[in-house]
Amino acid sequence: MLIVDDSSVMRKIVQRSIRQAGIEVETVLEAGNGAEALMVIGKEPVDLVLCDINMPVMDGLEFVKTLATMETGKKIPVVMITTEGSESHVVEALSAGAKGYIRKPFTPDQVKEHVLPVVGKIS
Amino acid sequence: MSTDTTLIARSREETWLPILELATEEVFEIMVGTRVKPMEKTESAGAGFTAMVGLAGALCGILTFSCDGKTAREVAKSMLGAEIADSEEQVSDALGEICNMIAGNFKNKLSTAGKSCLLSVPTVIKGEEYSFRALADGEMLETVMEFKGAPLFVSLQLHS
Repeated sequence: MLIVDDSSVMRKIVQRSIRQAGIEVETVLEAGNGAEALMVIGKEPVDLVLCDINMPVMDGLEFVKTLATMETGKKIPVVMITTEGSESHVVEALSAGAKGYIRKPFTPDQVKEHVLPVVGKIS
Repeated sequence: MSTDTTLIARSREETWLPILELATEEVFEIMVGTRVKPMEKTESAGAGFTAMVGLAGALCGILTFSCDGKTAREVAKSMLGAEIADSEEQVSDALGEICNMIAGNFKNKLSTAGKSCLLSVPTVIKGEEYSFRALADGEMLETVMEFKGAPLFVSLQLHS
């Protein structure tokens, strides 16, 4: 699993919430923005991405759109985790290829509700 | 300020301030694991940490979240655990994220203006003695929330 957020604090919190939600993850990789995430995906096997939207360098929406054009990336499910909860952002993220959307602040139960169906589809 | 503008400002303070307080309460309860509640207004010591997030679009302005250094470290510790929140960078990062989530949660609760509004990446300043002033010319909503007996200052300065 790859967690993409410019805040190292938020990456830790997402990781903790995944654990508290009871979702088993073998390896957790981290990236600070969309460009870094694409580099990680080019080097490491990734089966799920949890991604913020509002990031410097390359934001989450651009990342999802770019990933969808990549042979190795288009099969990797992406769930957005963000404060940007407006309908237009949700529509844009989902139409760009994201499989789910979690709004901050979030509880482990909300993470479970949105991530588990995606994880289930992978396995 | 004209009568109309005063009425709009009063209306916003009456309707938006409780939303700002609720947005702050929810962020602390869910992400920090601690309940906060509005307290009597008190003067900021002018030292510690201030996190800022800009809002642009239908709602334009700046949301700030400030507290003293000791409280900032306590907030980060509650959010991350004592072993993780040991560096000043982590404390700044935690406060920036809290400010970001308060701004997002607040705008998501507004019926119209918040829906077509974007947030900036958070900025955090820290120091022993500083003051800051937003060059926004609209009204200001501000509240003081109590966190484990210490004040947290939350304000929204709007552009007209």
